[in-house]
Amino acid sequence: MKVGVIGASGYVGGELLRLLVSHPKAELKMIVSRQRAGEYVQRVHPSLKGFINTTFSPMDIEKVTSVCDFVFTSVPHGKSNEIVKDLYERGLKVVDLSADFRLKNPKDYVKWYGWEHPFPDLLTKSVYGIPEFHRADIQRARLVSCPGCMAVTSLLAIKPLIENSIIDTDHIVVDSKIGSSGAGSESNAGTHHAMRYGVIRPYKPAKHRHTGEIEQELGILAKHPIKVSMSPHAVNLVRGILVTNHLFFKRPIQELELWKMYRDSYNNEPFIRLIRDTKGFYKFPDPKFVVGSNFCDIGFDIDQDNQRIVALSASDNLMKGAAGSAIQNMNVMQGFNETDGLKLTPVTPV
Amino acid sequence: MKKECQECGAEINIPDDILVGEIVACQDCGSDFEVTSKTQNSVELKPAESVGEDWGQ
Repeated sequence: MKVGVIGASGYVGGELLRLLVSHPKAELKMIVSRQRAGEYVQRVHPSLKGFINTTFSPMDIEKVTSVCDFVFTSVPHGKSNEIVKDLYERGLKVVDLSADFRLKNPKDYVKWYGWEHPFPDLLTKSVYGIPEFHRADIQRARLVSCPGCMAVTSLLAIKPLIENSIIDTDHIVVDSKIGSSGAGSESNAGTHHAMRYGVIRPYKPAKHRHTGEIEQELGILAKHPIKVSMSPHAVNLVRGILVTNHLFFKRPIQELELWKMYRDSYNNEPFIRLIRDTKGFYKFPDPKFVVGSNFCDIGFDIDQDNQRIVALSASDNLMKGAAGSAIQNMNVMQGFNETDGLKLTPVTPV
Repeated sequence: MKKECQECGAEINIPDDILVGEIVACQDCGSDFEVTSKTQNSVELKPAESVGEDWGQ
């Protein structure tokens, strides 16, 4: 299958290229970057030297349409709308990695992003791209929107608890820690090494944008609106997310029952690993042990005194949080084996 | 032989030649169990004593 990547010069774009060069069914036909057009890919993504020997192409929608069957768009939020609409109307299949097609209700774009969605009709065509949530819809879709990195990591940990109706859906607290690559490849004063190294920086303690996605997807699962309190922090990692979800149960629950719920939800999922070990040093999810892979590791503990479940999840923000999910979605949309191009063990130690 | 883990419900594979007093561990959650009795086709397990870690002192 002939594949194009639009917006290939950023971290997510580079990760898409890394995965696509070894995908058994994908052939990279066009690598687009407006900013880096004409430059060799290896100058921007040095790790791809020897794998990709071409230059970035300028944006040319006619050419993309003529040489590609399937396109990934990895451009900033608010800039993806028009490109995706154009590609979609020309009959291409698209996986978009921006936030522009994640939310179903156009009013939520005003609330969370501060702009009116220019193509609200297209939101109804887009499927929210977590196969563990919407596999059947993704199979039929021509447009899939990849979730936010912290959103997917949180959602996967909470899903079994909503499905089993055991938690108070009025009080859901999501505490997230994320590495620096989550902020993208554009630099600013706060991302300079001297200012970034060693931080534990609360960067949006209330109303982070990913909250809207989490509320949307949990609301669909629960069949009623849900409010979520989310606080993300930038920490001293390059890659990785750890989400600590605090949930309060409505009836007494024991560990054995939680194990069963999580196993029932995820036993057949190739990218979910349950981590709750009493031995060794990997007792609960930790992004250190998923880096480079498409895994989301999930674990839990119970605070009986406070009727609290602590549901933990860890992912690589550039993989399950972005490019890995995008490839997984492509595999589902195309009827490929879902793990094609993603059978990657995590890199350890990092 | 197989037994269900009392902590997490996973299936624990138990070698046929296991002896009373030996410890078996659950692959999923790491819990240890001591074999307290054995017949030809079954074993009885009880949670084994363990020493916990205490970080952040």
